[in-house]
Amino acid sequence: MKVALFIPCYIDQFYPEVGVATVKILKKFGIKFDYPLEQTCCGQPAFNTGYWKEAKSLAIKFVKIFSNFDYIVSPSGSCTSMIKIFYPELLNEDELKNIAQKTFELTEFLVKIMKIDSTGAEFDHKVTYHDSCHALRELGIKEEPRILLRNVKKLKLIEMENSEDCCGFGGTFSIKFPEISIDMAKYKLNYALNSGAEFITSTDQSCLMHIDGYARKNKINIKTIHIAQILANF
Amino acid sequence: MRNHDLTKFKENVLWALTNQTLRKNLNRAITHTLSKRIEVVSELTNWEELREKAHNIRKHTIENLAYYLENFEKKATENGIKILWAKDAAEARSYVIDIARRINAKLCVKSKSMVTEEIGLREFLEEKGIETVETDLGEFIVQLANEMPSHITAPAMHKSRDEIGKLFAEKLGVDFTNEPENLTKIARRFLREKFLNADLGISGANFLVAETGSIVIVENEGNAGLSTTLPKVHIVIAGIEKVIPRLVDLTIFFKILGRSATAQRFTSYVSIINAPRNKKPDSPEEIYVILVDNGRTNLLRSEKLKQALYCIKCGACMLACPIYQRVGGHAYGSIYPGPIGSVLTPVQFAFDEALILPFASSLCGKCHEICPVKIEIHHLLLWLRHKAVEQDFSPWIEKLIFKLWLIGMKNHKLYEFGAKILRYIRKIGIKPELKNWSKWRTFPEIAPKSFREIWRRQESK
Ligand code: SF4
Repeated sequence: MKVALFIPCYIDQFYPEVGVATVKILKKFGIKFDYPLEQTCCGQPAFNTGYWKEAKSLAIKFVKIFSNFDYIVSPSGSCTSMIKIFYPELLNEDELKNIAQKTFELTEFLVKIMKIDSTGAEFDHKVTYHDSCHALRELGIKEEPRILLRNVKKLKLIEMENSEDCCGFGGTFSIKFPEISIDMAKYKLNYALNSGAEFITSTDQSCLMHIDGYARKNKINIKTIHIAQILANF
Repeated sequence: MRNHDLTKFKENVLWALTNQTLRKNLNRAITHTLSKRIEVVSELTNWEELREKAHNIRKHTIENLAYYLENFEKKATENGIKILWAKDAAEARSYVIDIARRINAKLCVKSKSMVTEEIGLREFLEEKGIETVETDLGEFIVQLANEMPSHITAPAMHKSRDEIGKLFAEKLGVDFTNEPENLTKIARRFLREKFLNADLGISGANFLVAETGSIVIVENEGNAGLSTTLPKVHIVIAGIEKVIPRLVDLTIFFKILGRSATAQRFTSYVSIINAPRNKKPDSPEEIYVILVDNGRTNLLRSEKLKQALYCIKCGACMLACPIYQRVGGHAYGSIYPGPIGSVLTPVQFAFDEALILPFASSLCGKCHEICPVKIEIHHLLLWLRHKAVEQDFSPWIEKLIFKLWLIGMKNHKLYEFGAKILRYIRKIGIKPELKNWSKWRTFPEIAPKSFREIWRRQESK
């Protein structure tokens, strides 16, 4: 089984610890994998903003790098959905080379493919899970992260109200319509705060970046952490 | 299209976000309907199956639209209904005024219909000296307030009971009340007289049945029933997409429509109109159906966007949309607000002015999740963004950024080089920031070492 790790560009540059945590988990379960260094961005920012020509050329590059692997794993529901759901919009069957079927978000890969439901991690905190829109509604990932979180020792998973509500990030939406975007973050943070959790976690660092950015700016006392970092805490 | 300004969307958003009364009204109405909806939907164990079936029927119909429209025309004509085809708003209006003038109509009662909003019919008839009264309570309120509907099935959703009470007191000269029952009574008293004296009744249609030539209207107040039976002439104005193949298809649509639109198991009244007067006293002598295109074939021409014509105008996507929830229907400045409106408006009516709308979405997919006919609204929005960029809609700076970005992303060495520069800039104390981000959110710091640098170092050990 040849597995490739895809670390989204913004995680690579801004949140390398999420990548490091992912590596740690994969290694723990003896999963042999490679991290192709030619990888950059899946093209989602361009795609979502309407620049499909630009996105397509990155999609082609992505397929070239990754098509020889059996699985592609990424700690991001959003970038995974770009590959699984939106590459087929840009590329034809030949160009796709089954890439969509082979790509998995990390928690889904662990639970569904590797049949792992506990990483043996320990995290002594109250945590609430934010369903990122892409993981939830594009990929149908709802249970997998929760299964893994429930099995983290000492972790108390508290569901917040409206965990499925969008946090308001939405890529360039957060820049084009900042006022609506932050109002959505405000609501999300309130739900999380009301749950009594200390941490908000998610499969998507981009949602967390937006939520955290708002929380820090407004001195709201709740922390964000990518799910891989919790799961790698062994 | 009338009284709106699509170019003002951004301004409207700011206005709406800071308008506390509006937000309170919206919030109340939306939370209430959505929570009731969960209840009535969960009673059905086969909701997903129903959605799938409804989707398939709509898909099949739109794929064979000409066929079903011809069938409808044939059957309805056989039944004695007159069919007129209108390519645009002006043509639809001119049919109506011709009929109204021929019968010398002075007063027209109108039941709720989005197509009549599209073609600005009420204002048009009033201009021509024909008093035209909205008989749906919500529409009646909006008419009194001289506003546009803010939601397609709940036109006065943005108003509180107090505001409605004040409006009635001011415009109808009654004592102030904010009791829903009393408000309804006042409206009913006022409208009753209009119903009895009207010479012309205008309605929309929820469905047109090809198999039987029937017009189907679904409603809650009974006003559509009165508008279509009391006056001696009834004009139906319907979009060409309203047709469905068979009468039995209604069993599915009835189940999903009420639940999606108003969170009701079933709506209170259904009228199925098959023919004009058959010597019965209470039915119109003449029935006309005006089949309106008004930009719908623009949608039909696109393999991708024709999906939007599956829409049964239930309004659920609006309620579910986090953007609509915050800014309300008026902010959009279009006849059809919310997610589906952001698809319909640019394609059906005004491509250039409305291109901002597809961008006003976080693409969360709630609209698709709730849509009873399973339209992939959020994906259609994405598609429209792509069309917008193709049409050179985007600002030059954005184009430039994506161009440079692409150069970097296509070559990982350049990408790493770019990141190095960023790190250097950061190190010497310059903090590059995006104003529209960091005004409200702390900008993330670039990490001292990228993941790939950490990886490389470990691998080389
Ligand atoms: S798009 Fe779907 S949810 Fe929205 S109004 Fe149409 S049928 Fe209803």
